[in-house]
Amino acid sequence: MATRYDRAITVFSPDGHLFQVEYAQEAVKKGSTAVGIRGKDIVVLGVEKKSVAKLQEERTVRKICALDEHVCMYIFFNLFMFVQPFDISRVECQSHRLTVEDPVTVEYITRYIATLKQRYTQSNGRRPFGISALIVGFDDDGTPRLYQTDPSGTYHAWKANAIGRSAKTVREFLEKNYTDEAIAGDNETIKLAIKALLEVVQSGGKNIELAVIRRNQPLKILEAKEIETLVAEIEKEKEEEAEKKKQKKST
Amino acid sequence: MALLQVCGFTPYAELRGQILPAGQTHLVDRTNHYSFGTNTQEFAVPLGVDPSGFLKSCNREGGVCIDLNHGTTTLAFKFKHGVIVAVDSRASAGRYLASNDVNKVIEINPYLLGTMSGSAADCQYWERLLAKECRLYRLRNRQRISVAAASKLLCNMMLGYRGMGLSMGSMICGWDNEGPGLYYVDDQGTRLSGPMFSTGCGSSFAYGVVDSGYRDDMSVEEAYELGRRGIAHATHRDAYSGGVVNMYHMQEDGWIKVCKEDVSELIHRYRKGMF
Repeated sequence: MATRYDRAITVFSPDGHLFQVEYAQEAVKKGSTAVGIRGKDIVVLGVEKKSVAKLQEERTVRKICALDEHVCMYIFFNLFMFVQPFDISRVECQSHRLTVEDPVTVEYITRYIATLKQRYTQSNGRRPFGISALIVGFDDDGTPRLYQTDPSGTYHAWKANAIGRSAKTVREFLEKNYTDEAIAGDNETIKLAIKALLEVVQSGGKNIELAVIRRNQPLKILEAKEIETLVAEIEKEKEEEAEKKKQKKST
Repeated sequence: MALLQVCGFTPYAELRGQILPAGQTHLVDRTNHYSFGTNTQEFAVPLGVDPSGFLKSCNREGGVCIDLNHGTTTLAFKFKHGVIVAVDSRASAGRYLASNDVNKVIEINPYLLGTMSGSAADCQYWERLLAKECRLYRLRNRQRISVAAASKLLCNMMLGYRGMGLSMGSMICGWDNEGPGLYYVDDQGTRLSGPMFSTGCGSSFAYGVVDSGYRDDMSVEEAYELGRRGIAHATHRDAYSGGVVNMYHMQEDGWIKVCKEDVSELIHRYRKGMF
């Protein structure tokens, strides 16, 4: 049944599915895991980095990009159409600054990207973007924001979310552990993101790429060393927790 | 798309690209909400048209003489308690008085006002278009548009048709997150922010009056009186301004219409005080 209605993007199936869009969503689920967390004064984007081949220069493999000083985006992309959404969004951010004399709100640029994606699901001769994006940033009035878009062109705001391969596991972890205390401070929020990723990433800190935006400060991508330090702290905290539990049991 | 090309069928969007210069067919999609100009859907201009040349030929003595509505005095100034906007109400077409009761202030929304001077038709059309864009901005972004952005939109509209004979001098006044805002926008694409502006052929007279009486810490009543005097004296000396003074006061929670007073009565009152 499905094969008869999935040749073209512009054809609905009898039970109301647009199969091409759903296939695009499936493609997105195969990507590396990414997590976004909205803290009080900080927003964090963490991505599972595939291990880099020995001869490959690490710096050129970047999936988190700044759209403007106060907004950055992670895209899980499949195959082609990689540069275009980044570039179009960057141009739109500057265009908005030029015309409206104000930086974009995170919602505006998310809406723009979502509209762009939606147009590609409703015209002949094109295929949907196989892209799911996490967009984080601060609005002009200082509110932190996290949005996620998917290939069908819808977007939602989240407090914390994950996309990619093991998104479900990570999201469950976040649902349990996203509390007011967990995001009380900048460091705590970063640690929460790392903890969430460590659930699903194989070899620890080396395979995590982390980007952070603090209020009124530009995007910062954490160095490998900083991540290592934080991972070490997390390990230590875990051991201390385990120790406490052991002591409780024994006494 | 490939099949269309093979069949030789040109869809409407592509035909449009052949008619309009610079092939900006992507504008048909219109996710870019902020472009106005000769290639957009509002007012596409066919190639080879030269409006300003046509208008010049109409002003010659020998042939048909078309005098556009011109002539006005408008003024606006910022002070401690907001922005005062005062305009006259005369519309003249050459030596013919078209109307003495035109409203030269367009109420874009409760927090934005636009004044009109120059060609009445141009002002009315473009400022109403600006009002439409401001409303759309409010609906799309759930936030009122800032005064800077509104004046920028109007300025971009003017720039899209620069050199084509538009005639408009407008002041966009409002109150937004940055406080009271006052911008002067004209048909050449000039956009200036400042504490006081006056436009129209009576503006020199208005500047003289307002400059000599202006203080930043005026009381509200003093500011009203200054606005009234500015327009009244300008209409007294300028033939193309007259009618009534329409005055608005832009406050933090919106504008209020202060008064609508006949200038001849005002002049009579001032004269009694003078001599």
